[in-house]
Amino acid sequence: MLYALLCYNSEETVFAWSKAEDEAVMARLGAVQDKLSAQGKLGPALRLMPTTTATTLRKSDPPMVVDGPYAETKEQLLGFYILDLANLDEALDVARELGLANPGGAYEVRPLLLYAPGVLSPEQLLAAAG
Amino acid sequence: MSDLAWIDAALTSARPQAIGALLRYFRDLDTAEEAYQEACLRALKTWPDKGPPRDAASWLIMVGRNAALDGVRRKSRLTELPDEDLISDVDDVETPMAERLDGAHYRDDILRLMFICCHPDLPATQQIALALRIVSGLSVKQIAKAFLVGEAAMEQRITRAKARIAKAETPFEAPGPVERAQRIAAVAAMVYLIFNEGYSAGADAAEVRARLSEEAIRLARLLLRLFQTEPEIMGLTALCLLQHARAAARFDADGAIVLLEDQDRSLWKRDMIGEGLALIDKAMRHRRPGPYQIQAAIAALHARAATPADTDWAQIEALYMGLERLTPSPVVTLNRAVAASKARGPAEALALIEPLEGALGGYFYFFGARGAFLLQLGRDDEARQAFDRAISLANTAAEAAHIRGQIDRLQADAKARLA
Repeated sequence: MLYALLCYNSEETVFAWSKAEDEAVMARLGAVQDKLSAQGKLGPALRLMPTTTATTLRKSDPPMVVDGPYAETKEQLLGFYILDLANLDEALDVARELGLANPGGAYEVRPLLLYAPGVLSPEQLLAAAG
Repeated sequence: MSDLAWIDAALTSARPQAIGALLRYFRDLDTAEEAYQEACLRALKTWPDKGPPRDAASWLIMVGRNAALDGVRRKSRLTELPDEDLISDVDDVETPMAERLDGAHYRDDILRLMFICCHPDLPATQQIALALRIVSGLSVKQIAKAFLVGEAAMEQRITRAKARIAKAETPFEAPGPVERAQRIAAVAAMVYLIFNEGYSAGADAAEVRARLSEEAIRLARLLLRLFQTEPEIMGLTALCLLQHARAAARFDADGAIVLLEDQDRSLWKRDMIGEGLALIDKAMRHRRPGPYQIQAAIAALHARAATPADTDWAQIEALYMGLERLTPSPVVTLNRAVAASKARGPAEALALIEPLEGALGGYFYFFGARGAFLLQLGRDDEARQAFDRAISLANTAAEAAHIRGQIDRLQADAKARLA
């Protein structure tokens, strides 16, 4: 079974860390990740840019683009995509197209700060996903 | 993380919101700060055992408010006179409920706190010092260090600034849309002042002063979280990030300035650049250009160029022309001329700056740029004269050293031609 671990914390606190604090946390996380890698268990891990960089497409009719992260509590996080796109406009085009296929809720577009591919090959990921 | 470290981080990030709300209650900066200090002391006592509260800011506001009210009550029992002026809203105060953090209060509280630091009577250095003390919560010692002055002098500067704003009319009512926009613009300017105070430092002080640039970025992000749809705040945040991303490449080992085109681009911080590019991308969708957005867009074009030769100078000149329309100034035209020299050649650039001598006759960069254009045109003697003027106007040793490098190059070329 593949699991996603979703990371939550106060971004005001995290982005106020000094370089030394940030590096210390990353080093501690790295130690855990190394162990998981050695066990052949770690898939992609990523860090998002702050919510100030987020733009949300509400899948209303017509869809509405709003600055900022998705902030409602009525809906829950159900999945996500990673895409390589030219810019925000293209990302919103993709979100609109996906929204037509699956109306309701919203897509939040957030650039990635960091992407670590992990040790699982595409075949292993596919097999584990069943 | 040790107890102290996480508590410190939580207190730092809750500070603007907590002091902003306490200022709304007590309408007095000193009372608000004391109330916040008291709340922090209690947090240090109780949080290590009980763990952090779910909402640190609300906790600090409630505890701080109650502590300050106890103080007022004690005082009023002694004097038998309730100090009504000190308690702005008795009904509100009697509500036993914790502060309800509805969006509008929260945003306007922090904005007001930042706004009082930008009082037009305060000189820029006092605005910055006050904001760093009150909003950011840096200690006087830390601020003094960043400004390279003694602690006592800084203490005095902050006390003086506080005295001046205490006399000024502080706007406590929730602002209307126009007023809010004006406050946001004033606060943005103050945040950019803080950034530049850090960014314009010479190599000798760059490390200490980087703290100021980082603090400005933190404040810009905070402002953007509060006002998420303001393209100029996106632009301001992007501008600070894109410029600060180059910090490590701006000086060489001897402390001399390294020009943009000579910088080792592998030293540029890609994560900051990525965030800056994402923000400017977001801002441009609004089609409401402003000075921060345009300057950020210019910085973004530099950041996107893998090598100096890849720089889109024509687009940069077009952006400076846009900036000239929005905020006409000889300095903007000078910058445009530098882009024009790359895009269209030194003769046209020189023609652009010739009319500026009256306005920029005391400006180091004017003569530096003129010297460079003349040098490219092969007018060496005039170039040397311009460089000599530039050296006489240099503000830092690094600036003078940079121009001397250009003169050395001229002399070397002259020798090579003779040989």
